[in-house]
Amino acid sequence: MADIQAPVPGTFYQKPSPEDPPFKSEGDAVKTGDTIGLVEVMKSFIEVEAEADGTFAGYSAENEAAVSAGDVLATLK
Amino acid sequence: MSIKRLFIANRGEIAVRIVRAARSLGIHTIQAHSEADADMLAVRMADEAVCIGPAQASKSYLDAAAVVRAAKEAGADAVHPGYGFLAESPAFARAVVEAGMIYVGPSADTIQSMGDKVSARQVAATAGVPVVPGSDGRVDDLDEAAAIAERIGYPVMIKASAGGGGRGIRIAETESDLAKFAPQARQEAQAAFGDGGIYLEKVIAQPRHIEVQILGDGTRAVHCFERECSLQRRRQKVWEEAPAFGLPEATRTAMCDAAVDLAEAVEYCGAGTVEYLYDAQSDKFYFIEMNTRIQVEHPVTEMITGLDLVALMIRVCGGEALPVTQGEIKLTGHAIEVRLNAEDPHKKFMPFPGVVGTLDLPESDGIRVDHFLYEGYQIPPFYDSLIGKLIVHADTREAAIDKMVGALDAVRIDGLKTTIPLHKALANSPDVRAGRIHTQWLEPWLEAGNLEGTKGGAS
Repeated sequence: MADIQAPVPGTFYQKPSPEDPPFKSEGDAVKTGDTIGLVEVMKSFIEVEAEADGTFAGYSAENEAAVSAGDVLATLK
Repeated sequence: MSIKRLFIANRGEIAVRIVRAARSLGIHTIQAHSEADADMLAVRMADEAVCIGPAQASKSYLDAAAVVRAAKEAGADAVHPGYGFLAESPAFARAVVEAGMIYVGPSADTIQSMGDKVSARQVAATAGVPVVPGSDGRVDDLDEAAAIAERIGYPVMIKASAGGGGRGIRIAETESDLAKFAPQARQEAQAAFGDGGIYLEKVIAQPRHIEVQILGDGTRAVHCFERECSLQRRRQKVWEEAPAFGLPEATRTAMCDAAVDLAEAVEYCGAGTVEYLYDAQSDKFYFIEMNTRIQVEHPVTEMITGLDLVALMIRVCGGEALPVTQGEIKLTGHAIEVRLNAEDPHKKFMPFPGVVGTLDLPESDGIRVDHFLYEGYQIPPFYDSLIGKLIVHADTREAAIDKMVGALDAVRIDGLKTTIPLHKALANSPDVRAGRIHTQWLEPWLEAGNLEGTKGGAS
């Protein structure tokens, strides 16, 4: 298991835009550097990238949740 | 003064500014805040505070119904929108008035007509304000387009009538460009918007951004001279001055008089700004838009005129006649404001919403800091990155820049990354000193690496 953490505080988004599906679904293969979500901080959108290869186990943070830096956003297995 | 209880529907430094102005007028202040802003400075300073919703602006500061309801429940008789959020929403202004309160700003109709680019251009042109030369509406015939381009002068922009957000824009340098691009633009517009209508507008190369502050009481309007806001990054102003530098006196007078004419034509009430593009080479100015609210950079105007613009807008919207005549408003010296943003200029201006550590913001004669900081304050990540504004005033522009250098060295904001290193580099730039700047100057200057080699320092 590997955790993917929020790089900055802000609002977490699982999707690139409200109409799109989430970046990843359970069981998806994840490569280092893949974008798994966005954190909106002070009107800027920061991409959240996986720092290891693995299989996507699911999001730990709700879509549009307020998150702190270091909060676990998703996990890999 | 009919306003007794003012509801402040904004946050950050402008909320602090409005609380101060209201207090100076003896008005009871009710500060709105989101759940994430319960400990912001304006909440601590105001007489009362009301939570209007969750952290997300769309569910709090941008929720017009929630704001009006909260203001009404708190017994407010007036609402100040500040800038941003709902400050230029005609629907919000209308809802405030329909709920029986005073809106501190112009009428909903004025906000609406100035908020639409096409109608604003028409109103401005009717009031005799110069607009960017172009075709009057759409052009369907290529010969006609060529004749218009010849009249207004190349280069010209070809824009889609139904377009927006820069889509379908082409620049023609010559008549043969026009002959080639116009049909392309028409085709693209037809495909993208289902309407192949195009129109032409003159390209203003390397324009400066100069804007005029106005105040109106619904009948009479005055100007408070102009501001120069040409230093911009991603269309955001970073450094503003008053007055504009090297502007011929006749041009200044024409710009200011045109702004007053426009304000009176729309029976403007409150504080507003008429924005122009200025082409220094031809010494010509063109109306871009009117902002129907107080602006971030209003302090530079206050420094050169001695007026309290926020207090004045509250007074005139409360029903008073303008208490100043044009002749009483004098321009003294030169003022500069820099925007302090919680961003790391050395890391592509990455936002940095940290906890404020040791804070030293020396204010003295001619140095003013508008902000919402205190030691131990956690800057929330949910809103924009402006944490304060450093403003200086001196006899001349040269002296003001020197004073800014000293002030930037003296300011200490621990715990955050800020844009102070950017401002230090700008203050030392020969182009800025000499006034060789325009709205497209800053971004290439940054890309050329002019920030590197400046110290991050105590910012």
